[in-house]
Amino acid sequence: MSSVLLLSILMLSLLGIVLAIILYLVAQKFKVFEDPRIDQVEAILPGANCGGCGFPGCRGFADAFVKTDDITRMFCPVGGNDTMAAAAAIMGKTVEAKETQVAVIRCAGSPENRKRIVQYDGATSCKIATSLYGGDTGCQFGCLGLGDCVAVCKFDAIYIDPTTLLPVVDEEKCTSCGACVKACPKFIIELRKKGPKGKRIFVSCINKDKGGIARKACQVACIGCGKCVKTCPHDAITMENNLAYIDFNKCKLCRKCVEECPTGAIREANFPPRKPKIEAEVQTEKTE
Amino acid sequence: MNMLKTFSKGGVHPSENKISANRSIEILPLPQKVSIPVSQHIGAPATILVAKGDKVKVGQIIAQSAGFVSANIHSSVSGTVESIDAVLDSSGYKRQTITITVEGDEWESSIDRTTDLKKDIQLTSQDIIKRINEAGIVGLGGATFPSHVKLSVPSGKKADVLIINGVECEPYLTSDHRLMLEKGHELMVGIQILMKALNVSKALIGIENNKPDAINYLKIIAGEYKGIEVHALKVKYPQGGEKQLIKALVNREVPSGGLPIDIGTVVHNVGTAFAVYEAVQKNKPLFERVVTVTGKILPRTANYMVRIGTSVSDLIAAAGGLPEDTGKVVNGGPMMGKALVNTDVPVTKGTSGIIVFQSKESKRKTESVCIRCAKCVSICPMGLEPYLLNKLGQQMIFDRMEQENVLDCMECGSCSFECPAHLPLLDYIRLGKAEVSKIIRSRKN
Repeated sequence: MSSVLLLSILMLSLLGIVLAIILYLVAQKFKVFEDPRIDQVEAILPGANCGGCGFPGCRGFADAFVKTDDITRMFCPVGGNDTMAAAAAIMGKTVEAKETQVAVIRCAGSPENRKRIVQYDGATSCKIATSLYGGDTGCQFGCLGLGDCVAVCKFDAIYIDPTTLLPVVDEEKCTSCGACVKACPKFIIELRKKGPKGKRIFVSCINKDKGGIARKACQVACIGCGKCVKTCPHDAITMENNLAYIDFNKCKLCRKCVEECPTGAIREANFPPRKPKIEAEVQTEKTE
Repeated sequence: MNMLKTFSKGGVHPSENKISANRSIEILPLPQKVSIPVSQHIGAPATILVAKGDKVKVGQIIAQSAGFVSANIHSSVSGTVESIDAVLDSSGYKRQTITITVEGDEWESSIDRTTDLKKDIQLTSQDIIKRINEAGIVGLGGATFPSHVKLSVPSGKKADVLIINGVECEPYLTSDHRLMLEKGHELMVGIQILMKALNVSKALIGIENNKPDAINYLKIIAGEYKGIEVHALKVKYPQGGEKQLIKALVNREVPSGGLPIDIGTVVHNVGTAFAVYEAVQKNKPLFERVVTVTGKILPRTANYMVRIGTSVSDLIAAAGGLPEDTGKVVNGGPMMGKALVNTDVPVTKGTSGIIVFQSKESKRKTESVCIRCAKCVSICPMGLEPYLLNKLGQQMIFDRMEQENVLDCMECGSCSFECPAHLPLLDYIRLGKAEVSKIIRSRKN
């Protein structure tokens, strides 16, 4: 009886050893060498797998980062400069710091500014609405407010404001991965430099209609009057197709265009409240 | 009772509501101005030939076909070209449009304005196709595919039967019905012309059985013409779909991704056949068509002969004006038509009807969740699985949608109509179709 037991234990152990040796040999034969630095770089990356860098996930980025020689054009927008510096250090290289960017909504057509003329009751998707019609207001360029950008954001950084019905970007959470830019069928969202202390100036409109038509559709539309182009001392503003565009590389944040814009289409973000303007208002009140 | 012919897979039966069926075709008075878009057909937009300030006559060519799949556009009125500009079309986007102020009603001298029937066809097959191309005729059933393309049979293929679509399966619409009743003989000659162009000896007219007067009338007069048969078809939506009609009449199936010519058939609408008659026998290009103006809340419904470019608001005004309780104005039938963003848009070659709905009728019902009842699967006339395509569309899994043959969908809307959970099935399927076509195009490049 005991010999049967002994024999089976012996057989199984032997079998195990033989198979282990075979497995070891096969593993040696088909071994794929992988640069250990890929793992190191991947460990540094945020692990969001958002695709903002243009690669399929963080592993894809790490793989490309280690394998290519020229890393100057690669950037992880989520991790930012610190992550990039650390990743470059692993490779024994250095990278130039890039200015952080943030998603900017270039439409200010809240119901107050832009009257709804039709009612949409189809599927809740901007992409579908765009394929059906121009939009529920007179402006065929503006935000539809159905939230395709909100659905794609992996960082919970964008939401639809219930009063303005427009998306709002949470600057603290926005990683500038660009998913919302790609998701918007109206091309309203743009990645712009965050600016010093988050100060930025941009044209919050993409309406390419002639002035009268644009103004009729929306009170805060860019009407293409060109006043800002003339005012700008730094040549940062260009006018194309009845639409002004501020180049964020040239803009020196002087805010002269903001004052000049007759419709208020040029927006400023994170500036302290304006002192002289308040005084001016007080003065006019006094004179009245 | 003998069984009526129909297609085998799926189908629904929405309430017919053919309110305007016994209202004969009236000629709408000339509008003050017309706006004629240069893209009224499938294919390349036509190239504009006139400039601002030019005087034009009725029937004068104002924009030329820009390629094989494209169509000429003719002026529908006489007057002065007021502007050439991008104007809002029925979907709220801007399209190049020629606006003409109407002055008098002076026709091109080459057009035969008499109403007598001209039966003998003098032109050869080639010349007929050329004339149809020149006259800018497109499929008047609503798809607006240039007719000469369908008639130019590619080498190696041969048509053996012409199918004429008089089904008009969309609820409410009655323009084809009236045309069959009032222009029966012209229609028959038109069909003979098409038969000659295609070199076929047999033509079948399919008509849904809810138009017994049209069926009887055409059956009687068909005896005078060689090779034309009239068939009554079961009342089932979408009987008027090209593939469904072929299946019902000749029991052949168009292969997935194929065309009717692959199985020896060519399908034309009755409206197109009438336009062909006018173009070939009377030398009259396509610049007017029958449009049904209807709706339960309209004071009076009508079938108008309308010049292309007349604004929809003019049509509604002629029918008694827009009632206060209007919820939706739909261009086309209630199943496949599109709601208008504003009513100042022009009637185009593809406008078969304008339907005014009360706000109560037009509201979409609140969505709930899919209960997997598979109603959409059983009613889909193309044998697709709409519930699955809907889910895939929502999650943007477009490659899988391609495998599920989303491109076979003809957007008849039966699935959304039948869904007990009121899901916007067709909306997501359409999205999928657009994205899949994009993927296929990028693969080719």
